[in-house]
Amino acid sequence: MSTPTAVRPAAGSDPIDALLAAGRSRRRAGAFAASAAFGLRALLKIRHDPKQLVDSAAIPILFTVLFTYLFGGALSGSAGAYLRTLLPGVLAMSIAVVTMYGGARLAQDVRSGAFDRFRGLPVWRGALVCGGLLSDAARYLFASAIVVSLGLLMGYRPGGGVPGVLGAVGLVLAFGLALSLVWAALALLVPDPAVVIGIANAVLIPVSFASNIFVQPGTMPGWLRAFVEVNPLSHVAAAARGLMNGTGQAAGEVTWSLAATVALALVCAPLTLRLYGRRD
Amino acid sequence: MRSAVALTCCKSLVNSYSMSKKMPAGEQPAIEARGLRKTYGGSRALDGIDLTIRRGEVFGFLGPNGAGKTTTIRILATLTRPDGGSARVLGHDLLTEAEAIRSRVAVTGQFASLDTDLTGHENLLLLGRLHGLSRAARRRRAADLLDAFGLSGAAGRPVGGYSGGMRRRLDIAAGLLVTPDLLFLDEPTTGLDPRSRSQVWELVRRIAAAGTTVLLTTQYLEEADLLAERIAIVDHGRIVAEGTGAQIKSRVGAGTLHLRLLDGAQRPRARQILAGALEGTVRLAADPLALSVLFADRPGAADLGGPAGRAMTRLAEAGIGIADLSLGRPSLDEAFLALTGRRAGAAGEEREEPPA
Ligand SMILES: Nc1ncnc2c1ncn2[C@@H]1O[C@H](COP(=O)(O)OP(=O)(O)OP(=O)(O)O)[C@@H](O)[C@H]1O
Ligand SMILES: [Mg+2]
Repeated sequence: MSTPTAVRPAAGSDPIDALLAAGRSRRRAGAFAASAAFGLRALLKIRHDPKQLVDSAAIPILFTVLFTYLFGGALSGSAGAYLRTLLPGVLAMSIAVVTMYGGARLAQDVRSGAFDRFRGLPVWRGALVCGGLLSDAARYLFASAIVVSLGLLMGYRPGGGVPGVLGAVGLVLAFGLALSLVWAALALLVPDPAVVIGIANAVLIPVSFASNIFVQPGTMPGWLRAFVEVNPLSHVAAAARGLMNGTGQAAGEVTWSLAATVALALVCAPLTLRLYGRRD
Repeated sequence: MRSAVALTCCKSLVNSYSMSKKMPAGEQPAIEARGLRKTYGGSRALDGIDLTIRRGEVFGFLGPNGAGKTTTIRILATLTRPDGGSARVLGHDLLTEAEAIRSRVAVTGQFASLDTDLTGHENLLLLGRLHGLSRAARRRRAADLLDAFGLSGAAGRPVGGYSGGMRRRLDIAAGLLVTPDLLFLDEPTTGLDPRSRSQVWELVRRIAAAGTTVLLTTQYLEEADLLAERIAIVDHGRIVAEGTGAQIKSRVGAGTLHLRLLDGAQRPRARQILAGALEGTVRLAADPLALSVLFADRPGAADLGGPAGRAMTRLAEAGIGIADLSLGRPSLDEAFLALTGRRAGAAGEEREEPPA
C-alpha cells in the first residue's frame, strides 16, 4: 500500500484541490452500518414520496373491509363472529401480499444503475437487501397496525390480548421477511419491477385463496385440501388465529410457521447473496 | 482562453510525471490488462484488450458506440467478469482481490446512478455512511463537495428535479466522498451543453492534479486530445491505436491538407495532381468543392511546407483556382477514419468482421 498524500502534487488554493487532498481514507462501513444506511435510505425514499406507502396501506384496508363484509355475513351469520376466524388470516395475507413491493424496489435499483454504484463499493454484499428488509419490517408493522385497528373498530375482540396480538404480528412479520427474500432473488434475476410484481401476484393470489384463511378446508375437494394443508400461509394464518384469539392450541401451528420461515430464509438468503455477487 | 487551459493542463501533467518518478509505487502501473475478452450471447464486446495505464495519468478511451468502452470499464471496476484475460488494478488482481480494488477506485457510469427520490445532500450522506465516514466527517465532506461542485443551492432538492449537467456533477462528486486512487469516468460529458462540458473538463483536470489516475471514455475526439496524456482508440472490442495524441496522428500521416476549389468541375483533375505530388490518400469531401489529402507517414517528415508548397504550385500551373486552404496535423477524426476505415461514431450498429 502506498501513502499517496505525501507525494501528490501540491494542492492549489482551489477548494476542490484541498478537498481531494484531504479525502483519502481506506475505512469502510461494517456489515451492520451498511445495512442500516440502506435501511435509512429506503425510509428516506418513503418520506420524500409517501405515495410508496399507499400500496402498503390500501391492501390491508381493502382486504379487511372487503372480505369481512363480502364473506362475513354469508359464512358465519354475522360479521363480528366471522372476524374471529378471518382477521388473523387477513393479517397474514395482507403482509404476504405487501412483501412484493420490496422486490419491486430492488428491481428498480438494479435497473437505474444505483445498484452498480452500490456494488462497486467495498461493503458487505448483503447490505442492500438487508437494509431493504429493515425498512420492509417498518412497512409490515404499519400494515399490521392497520389490519388490527380496523378489526378492533369493526368489533373484533382478541381473546389472546396484547401478548397474543403482538405474538401474531411478530410471527407474520418474520414470515413476511423470509418471503421478501424470494422477491429479492427474483428481482436480481429479472431486474424489472413490473415483472417482479406480476410474478409475485401470480404466486401470492392463488396461495392466499387456496388456504384456510377464508374457508375451512373440510368443505374442499381432496386435491385442494391437500394443497391447503401444506400451504405455509395456511399454517401462518392458523398460528396467528391461535395466538390472537388465545385458544391455547397455537403451539403446533407456530412451530410449523417458524419452520417454514426458517426454511424459506435458508434457501433464499444464500441464493440472493449469490445473485447479488454475480458479475456478468 | 484555450491556451491558458492547455497550460494548466500541462503543468499538472509535468507535476505528476516528476512525482511518479520519486514514488516507488508509481513503478507499478495503475492498470495492467492483458487480453481482456467478453462475449455477450455470441457477439464479441471485447476481443482482446491490452492496456497499461501509469499512475497519475489521464488516459482517454476513445471509440464509437458499441466499441466496448463501457464493458472495459465495468470489467476493470469489478462489476463484470471477463470471459478471458487478466488484469491488475492498482496492483490487485481483478478476479481474486475485487474487494481491495473496490476500496480504492470509484466509477461514474455512463448513465447517472443516483437515487432520484433523495436530495443531492442525502445521496452524498448515504455514500459517506457506506464509506464508513463518521457523522461529522461525512457531513463536512458532503457540504464541501456540494460547495465545490456548485450544487449548494440545489442540495436540498430531490435529484429527480436536477438538470443533466447538475446530475453529472453530482455523479462525479459521489465518486469523491473518499478521494479514489483511480477514477473511471464513462462518457462524463455526453449530453452536456458546452458550458457544463467545460466545467466537467475542469473537474477532471483538478482530480488528476490531485494525483488520482483517471480512465475516461469519450466519443469526442477533442475531449480526449484536450484531457488525456495518452489515448487508446477502440473499435469492435479491440484497441486499434494507442499513444499520445501526437503519436497517433503521426501513425496516420504527417499532415493533412484541406482544399476548397473555386470550380467543382476541376476536382477530379485536382485529385490526380495531388495524388501525384503528395504521397498519401486523397479524400473527396461531401462538399463538391472540397477535398483533403492525408500525407503518408515518412520518417523525419516534419516539414509540411515543402511538399504542400510543391503541390500548390502544380495546381496553380494546371489552372486550378483555390478558394480556401488549410494545412495541419491530422485531427483525431481523420486518424480514426484512417485506422478503422470509417468515421468515429458512424455505423456503430453494423459490425464488419475485423481484419485478421
Ligand atoms: N449487458 C449486455 N448484454 C448484451 N450485450 C451487451 C451488454 N453490454 C454490452 N453489450 C454489447 O457489447 C458491445 C459493447 O458495448 P459497450 O457498452 O461496451 O460499448 P460502448 O463503447 O460503451 O458504447 P457506447 O458509446 O454506446 O456507450 C455492444 O455491441 C453491446 O451491444
Ligand atoms: Mg458506453
